[in-house]
Parts: sequence; structure tokens; C-alpha cells
Amino acid sequence: MSNDIRIKNGLTINLKGAAKNIVKEAPYPKSVSLNPSNFHLIIPKMVVRVGEKVNVGDVIFYSKKDERIKFCSPVDGLIKEIVRGAKRKIIEIVIDVDKNQKKLEHNIIELEKLNADEIKNIILNSGCWPFIKQRPYEIIANPSEKPKSIFISSFNSAPISADFQIILDDQKEEFKTGLKVLSKLTDGEINICIKKDISTFINDIKGIKTHIVSGPHPSGNVGVQIHHINPINSGERVWTLGPEDVAILGRFFLTGFYNPIRTIAVSGAPVKYPKYYKTIIGSELREIINDVGIDLKDSLRIINGDVLTGTKVEPDNYLGFYNNTVSVLREGNQYRMFGWVPFINNKIPSIYKTSFSWLFPNNKYDLDTNLNGEERAFVVTGEMEKVFPMDIFPMQLLKECMAENIDKMESLGIYEVAPEDFSLIDYSSSSKIEAQYIIRKGLDLMIKEVG
Amino acid sequence: MNIRKTIDNLKKPFNKGEKWERFAPAFNALDTFLYVPNHTTKHGAHIRDAIDLKRTMITVIIALLPALFYGIYNTGFQYYSQLDVEYNTIDLFIHGSAKIVPMIAVSYIVGLAIEFAFAVFRGHEVNEGYLVTGLLIPMIMPVDIPLWMVGLSVAFAVIIGKEAFGGTGMNILNPALTARAFAFFAYPTYMSGNQVWVSEASNIDGVSGETILGILASGESILPYEPLQMFMGSIPGSIAETSTLMVLIGAFILIFTGVGSWRIMVSGVIGAAITGLLFNVWGANELMSFSWINHMIVGGFAFGIVFMATDPVSATQTVKGKWIYGLLIGIFCILIRVFNPAYPEGVMLAILLMNVFAPTIDHYVVEANIKRRKKRGIKTAVNIV
Repeated sequence: MSNDIRIKNGLTINLKGAAKNIVKEAPYPKSVSLNPSNFHLIIPKMVVRVGEKVNVGDVIFYSKKDERIKFCSPVDGLIKEIVRGAKRKIIEIVIDVDKNQKKLEHNIIELEKLNADEIKNIILNSGCWPFIKQRPYEIIANPSEKPKSIFISSFNSAPISADFQIILDDQKEEFKTGLKVLSKLTDGEINICIKKDISTFINDIKGIKTHIVSGPHPSGNVGVQIHHINPINSGERVWTLGPEDVAILGRFFLTGFYNPIRTIAVSGAPVKYPKYYKTIIGSELREIINDVGIDLKDSLRIINGDVLTGTKVEPDNYLGFYNNTVSVLREGNQYRMFGWVPFINNKIPSIYKTSFSWLFPNNKYDLDTNLNGEERAFVVTGEMEKVFPMDIFPMQLLKECMAENIDKMESLGIYEVAPEDFSLIDYSSSSKIEAQYIIRKGLDLMIKEVG
Repeated sequence: MNIRKTIDNLKKPFNKGEKWERFAPAFNALDTFLYVPNHTTKHGAHIRDAIDLKRTMITVIIALLPALFYGIYNTGFQYYSQLDVEYNTIDLFIHGSAKIVPMIAVSYIVGLAIEFAFAVFRGHEVNEGYLVTGLLIPMIMPVDIPLWMVGLSVAFAVIIGKEAFGGTGMNILNPALTARAFAFFAYPTYMSGNQVWVSEASNIDGVSGETILGILASGESILPYEPLQMFMGSIPGSIAETSTLMVLIGAFILIFTGVGSWRIMVSGVIGAAITGLLFNVWGANELMSFSWINHMIVGGFAFGIVFMATDPVSATQTVKGKWIYGLLIGIFCILIRVFNPAYPEGVMLAILLMNVFAPTIDHYVVEANIKRRKKRGIKTAVNIV
């Protein structure tokens, strides 16, 4: 059964440098890292010490708040370093990779014989639990709760981001098994959203509910899809996963091994040969950067994630835990004389017709990271609604978040949104409002005050 | 990049920890006027749209220019056409410029000086909003208003109308209309009557001119102007409000670029048209019988609805709210014109009134959304039970 959803408000940003349909096996990383900042609000409690030997799937740390949530090593190797910041906050755990990949083996039990709690325990011990995120709040799901439904978006709509059709191509069985596992965790439905006019194996999977979604970005955002299919009300929980994360979960139940393969699209205008790489979660970026043809002499920004929501990293940093895209942009730290005059610098598109970009809707752009202005007070109204396809007042919600007015935030729909849903507002705001940052702070406040 | 280097050198004393750090906002305002700064994205999205407030404001100014140039021309025309002298188009522009350019200069100098002072005092960057306000204020004044009154109105509008509420983005009333309302109530003899609308009318016998609405309000029904003249704008009135054609060009620029709200403009016209039509049917006084179409091309209605009502800060902020807000402005504009002979032009007061009610309108629109969400929650809760 499928229902069509048409997203009208939004924006397609055409960027140069989309990854070509080539998947290359990346060289096995020499070192990997686990970065607690990938797991929002998780405070790590270390299990291993520097110099200790770990196998694939061995627990590295667990969540201080909930000891059941474990974070496991993606490789076999030696704990090389635990980088700490101010107040001894753990910033990064670096693991040197061994040649032989010894894996921690778990017993495989037939799925049908297990009940929900047993499955939960297996996932928690496997290291796969962190892949399950919850709405509201966009954090790792609480294992004690039961979600009203589970949502998976099978496509990205953000500019030059990874195409899951390519990524899932050789992981179909794993993906299907993952869905079967997930279906045991909820009494509700497993909802998968599919991009319109795309034929995919997902259409033929039984026991799930598929929805056809069309329209510009953020139509691929799972939060937007939830809002239009089965919106979250106060007190409800919905779980979400990335498509490849479902496959990793499925692979564990098929093989008994934690094997966090991550397929990434390396894209962006400064990338010479943008394509896909198959690698391991947390692996070092250096070799991939060399292979894909990025000239580090230029002033570039490497981003774990897409250009709208990702995190800036250095070339000698590591791949993130969740992202399927690594984007590269030119740094825009130059001045532009009289650049604010309309119809000057037409190489930068605008949602307003103050740049000739509207004449060429199919043009692809090479955007840099310049803010194109300075932050100002809220002035222009109506522009946020143009790129925000939910029945929520984005500007009013942002203002209440800034005022930390919890009652109003709740009634205006804070439970339904995640920072990524506000990324286009970041992009298009004429006052350069940092909407994602404000929403993240607002969500954190809700967690603290309401939970 | 030599200019850039020079600026960077000049900027040094304004940097953090240097002696003129406090005055950095003033210097930055000039610097960012020359160059879009080299700031890169720190949080959130790594790429950004080309639009910023400078570009938004300059687009509004471009939209204002046709009306301004026509206002300069018409100032000269109204004056020379009543004198028994030979004149050509250049004379008209020279006379108009001589009157209007000093007003614009005073408005910008006084207004920007206050804005810069507040920016330095409060330690925030100078907002660009005054670039538009500063041009709007002289454009909606009678041509012969003394310059010191322009300056005083500007000071009142910026300090009491805007900065007292917290600065750009926080004000409740449209600052330009606040300035006009201040002048209107403080110096009524300079703002109404038949001696103020034509340049030098109070000094030279034989030069005079009443606005069409003024004529109608005094009970006359025979107008010395054709509808085409009213539309083109060769009639007495505030400097830039007279030409509906030029205002329409501005409206086109605002709507086409997406900078101005077409919803407010359209619903404002609908509101005024319906009200005008109803009064045409009633027809108890001259202003009631005045054709509803003519209502829209005389006075400041067109200018107000295009450039004043659409000010995003003082207008409603929600889509539905914009429809209601525009509609009410249109209705009240004609109501005030028809029922209150002391204020023959109703658009200024209609917009200021609706500025005050804009947050209330938005409140009810947002409240409806909140109720819808609550109801949805209860429904699912019942289903689960």
C-alpha cells in the first residue's frame, strides 16, 4: 500500500560535483576513531584504556546515563589515544588497526523465536543500538521506550548527497533482515518513504508501509515525512534509522558479527573524481581524500555530512558515525566589493530574484562557505515558510526557542522538528539566522526540562 | 586589492582590544558597505543564499526610485505650470531637486547619526533598515515642510518609534509613518490645507493647490483633474505619492523579486475596492460618491499599500495574517477618508492602526495552529485507548 505525499515548500540547490555512480573499495584504514560528539548528549564511560587490544565489536565505552547503550569498536586493533579536552571531556578515541581482523562472535538465534525484549538486548550488546534514533529530540533512542512507529527515509534530497539506491545495491538482503528485526520493536508500522518515479526493491518488501514522496528538499528529511504521514504528538516517540544503518543491523543478525560498513559519497566542486567509497565507520579520511583527488593546497572545507547539515572536519580527522556523505567546499574567506548590490555576483543563487540565477534553473553552482552578509535582527517575514514544508510556524518557533519559553515551544511543535529540518532556513535567511543552532539548543532545553 | 589593504590598515584601531574598539560598529557599517565581509559559516548550513539585509533594502530603494523621480518632476511641474513663465523639463527637475534633495540629505544625516550612535552605545552592528526609512520619510512629506521639521520628525521616529522598542526588527509602528504622523499632529498647518502641496504656494500668490481628497472633503464635487491625470500623478500631493503608475512599477519590482509581500498589496486593494464600492452605492457625501476606482489612484493609498503596509517588521508575519491585515488596511483607509473630514487621507492612520493590531492578528492565526495540533494529539490518544 502506498500513499503519495507532495512537498511543495522547499528548495532544490543545484551544486556541482555530485558523486558519480562508481563504488570503490577504500583501502583498509590504518586507524579509526570513535567520536562521542557524534552521539548528541551522550557522556561516555570508558571501558578500555590506552594500549589495550580490542576486537571488532568489543565495547569501547557506554553511555553514563544508560549503561545498556554500548559503543563498540569497528575494527580490531590497539587503543592508541584517548583525546581529552577541557574538564577531561573525551573528544576522541583513536584505534590503530591491526592486520588480522578478529571479530567478536555473537550467537545467531532465529528471529522468530525471540520476543521484543530479547531482540532489544541483542541489539544493545551488538553495538548497533546507537543507529536507532528517536524523535522528538533527534538523539539515540531510549531502550526502555516503545515507539509508536519507525520511519526510514530511503532517499536524500540535500544537495550533492549520497544516493541510497547505489549504497543499498549490494546490501538488499541485509536491509530486509534489518527491517524484520525492527518490526519486532514496535506495535506500529515500519514506514519507508521512497522518492517518486524511482523503481526500487523496497517497493516489493512485505510487512512494511511504503510512501511515495515528491518535491524539493527537504522532502527526503525523515522529520518532514513523519509530519505528513503520522505526526508526533506530545509524549509520543518515533524511531528513525538511516538506510545503511538498517543494513548494518541486518548484517549482524545474519552473520553474528558487528560489521559497520559505511558507503560514502565524496562530493563537491573541488573534488576531481567524485564517487562512492566503501569503508568502515570512523575510518581516517586522509587516504580517501588523496584518492578522490582533492588538492589540499587550496583553502577547502571538508564536511562530515551534507553541505547543509554536516560538521566541519580537518583532512587528518575521521569519518563520522552516521554520515553517508563527505562534502568538500571552497572556503569563502574573501571580500567581495559591493557584493550586496542586486545582480552582482550572479554565480551565487538566491531564493529572491535579485540574482540572475533564476533565469537558469538548471545551472549548477560552485558555492563557497561565505556567509554572504552578516547576522541581523529578524526583519523579513514569510521567507522561512517558503522552505519549510510543515504545518508549523518556523519563525515563531525559533523566537520562542530563543526566549526559552517551554510551553510555547511545545505548543508550536518543537517535538516534530529536528535541526536538519531548519537547514534550508539557515541557507536562505536574509538576516543570516542560525536556525539549526537555535533549534538544537531548544531541543536540549526540552530534554532537560521535560525529558 | 589595494583598497582592501588600506581599509584593513584603517580598521586596525577598531579591532578587539584596541583603543577605538567601541566605535567598531560605525566603522564596520562603512566597511561592509564597500565589501561583503569575508565571514564564513560557523554553525549550521555551510552554504548560504546571496541575499542579505543590505540587498533586501537596496531592492526596496530601487523600487522607490521611479516614484521619487516622478515626485521631483511633479514638484517642478505643479510650481511652473501655475506661473506665467516659459519652462522646460530640465527646469522642472532642477526646481524639484532643489527642494527634495536637501530633505533626503537631512533625513539620512539625522537618522543615520542616531542609528550609528545607538549601534555604538549598544555594541551591535548598524542595521540597514534606515536606508529605506530615510528615503521614505521625505517622499511622504509635503514639499514645503521646513527642513528642521524633517529632522525633528526623523529624530522622533527613530528614537521613540524604533530604538525605544529595541531597534530594528522590534518596532511596532512603521518608522516612516511615525515620522509623518508626528509632523502631522505637531505641525498641522504645514501638513494640510491648500498652501502646502505645491512648492512655494505659501509665498507666491497665484500658486496654490489642494489635494483631490481635500477638495472632496470640503464638499466640492467638481474636480479640476481627469482620472488619467490622477493615475499618472500630475496632481498636488505629498512628494512621491501622486503617481499611481510609478508606484505600480515599484510594486512590480517588489513582487517580482519577492522582497515585498504581494498578499498584503492584493488584499489591501480588495479591501479598499469593496469598501469604496459599498459607499458608492450609499453615496451620502462627496467622498462616498467618489468612484471606487478613483479612490485607489488618488492620495497616498497606492503608495501606502505598496511601500508602507508591506514593511515586514510592523506588518503581520503569518501568511493568513497578511491577508487579513491588508484587507483591514484597505477597509479602514476608505472608512477614515469617508467619515472623517479632518483627515481626508486615511491610509496613514489606517496603516498605523493596523500596525498596532498586527501582533493580535498573528496571535489568533498562530493560536489556531496550536489548537489544531492539540486536537490532533487528543484524537490519537483516544484511538490508542
